Amino acid sequence: MVAYFTEIFTGLMSLFIGMGITFKEFFKPTVTVSYPYETLTMSARYRGHIELVENEEGNSQCVVCGLCEKACPSDCITLAGEKPEGGKKKVLTKYMLDFTKCSLCGSCVESCSFGAITFSKEYNLASTKKEDFYFDLLKRLEERNT
Amino acid sequence: MNSPILLQPDETFILNVGPQHPATHGVLRVKMEMNGEYIVNAETVIGYIHRMHEKMGELKTYPQFLMNLSRMDYLGALGYSHGHVLLVEKASGIVVPERAEYIRAIMVELNRIASHLFWFGAFVMDLGGFSPLMYALQDREHILDMLEAVTGSRLTYCYFRFGGLYNDVDDDFITAARQFIPRMRKSMKKYHKLVTGNIIFRKRLEGIAPLSKEMCRKYGASSAVARGSGINFDVRKNEPYSVYPEFDFDVPVYHECDSLARYMVRMDEIEQSLRIVEQGLDKLPGGPIMPDKKPKLIKPPVGDYYQAVETARGSFGIRLVSDGGKNPYRLKLRSPTYSNMHLFDEACRGMMIMDALAFMGSLDLVIPEIDR
Repeated sequence: MVAYFTEIFTGLMSLFIGMGITFKEFFKPTVTVSYPYETLTMSARYRGHIELVENEEGNSQCVVCGLCEKACPSDCITLAGEKPEGGKKKVLTKYMLDFTKCSLCGSCVESCSFGAITFSKEYNLASTKKEDFYFDLLKRLEERNT
Repeated sequence: MNSPILLQPDETFILNVGPQHPATHGVLRVKMEMNGEYIVNAETVIGYIHRMHEKMGELKTYPQFLMNLSRMDYLGALGYSHGHVLLVEKASGIVVPERAEYIRAIMVELNRIASHLFWFGAFVMDLGGFSPLMYALQDREHILDMLEAVTGSRLTYCYFRFGGLYNDVDDDFITAARQFIPRMRKSMKKYHKLVTGNIIFRKRLEGIAPLSKEMCRKYGASSAVARGSGINFDVRKNEPYSVYPEFDFDVPVYHECDSLARYMVRMDEIEQSLRIVEQGLDKLPGGPIMPDKKPKLIKPPVGDYYQAVETARGSFGIRLVSDGGKNPYRLKLRSPTYSNMHLFDEACRGMMIMDALAFMGSLDLVIPEIDR
């Protein structure tokens, strides 16, 4: 009998203790951000989709060695290049990223010994069309320059 | 308590739980034969998100497969990557710098805390309490921010490399981790007051779903499921790997065998992980994070290799059969929740459905990890 009432009493107490905690939390400052009206800045090492790095003349630093293409686990990267007449180095003519297959592992960036690709900070990438995820990185580089 | 039920076959009906039941946090289907509110028979159906990770392991080269491991268990990804890198390093004889090993241990333990916090929130939500989830996620957010600043992503890290790490930790991380430890300890007190002491919570878990030691052994259960049933087994202690022998920590073991024991084991594990992080930060040596000598192409010699690690969900084993090529001949992934989940079919017989769902929560299932 005593145990019965003790249990009711301790049980009720435990509920009040819990309510006390939630009551205290109620007056604590808000920690959330009301996205999309407010956004957070991405950390410096944030891994978004890849982007070509430009040199001083505004061109890509890529030498078309194809190491990133080989390193990619999901075959997302297709690139092509050609030797201009009289030039010694290959020049990039096409750099396509199939973002539908990319899992942002960063193998391509690590494999590049020329610092030609980097991570972008973009994360607003939702779309209803599949074509929106085939990125022409060379075109994006040109658009950035103009 | 589970009272014995009178089996009347003509009065049973089939209840389909899932494949998208929110309480299972994934795509698990449970076919239950019910007699009123009591379960007569249950059958778990898996494979809805099978992604052929083992086959991918055979088709991809070793570095290409690295990122797959963090896709297995989205809550405690680093533990799985740790097993993979340790195995390949062992197979190809790569020596890891001490600093890298310490950072790995710190990261894995932080990830374990994050995983347990999410489980804690979701488990209490399964039982009908919503606010603990919010508090747990708030604490988890601190860990994710720390990990994001170092690794660059919040869930599927892909941070470990064969021989070392993707990039080094900075002073900001160390300060943040040091600030996090007392904060988390304070929160743990809050959780114990808010949830562990709660009468409704205790009544729903105490004495419910007893799992005997024999049953845990039969199904190969590990993690809190085995430790809540009095089996003192933790890969970090029993088959030490990495720098874990250097740390002073305990393995929480409870002998009550019920759902509450499994809950208590995980809550105590958070404290033990905090102790490891604390010691790791104190002992963190300087030096490089990648070895000076590392083979350019990873080709382990012909042989059969195995490595087990203690992840947030239990003992994860990974076996590699190498034929000396640049791809593995066979890569077997032993997933801990796969074993833990199969207990459910046998253990939930005669249980009431709401108790069974609470029991399922206490198993801490992550479905992508079962299906692989």
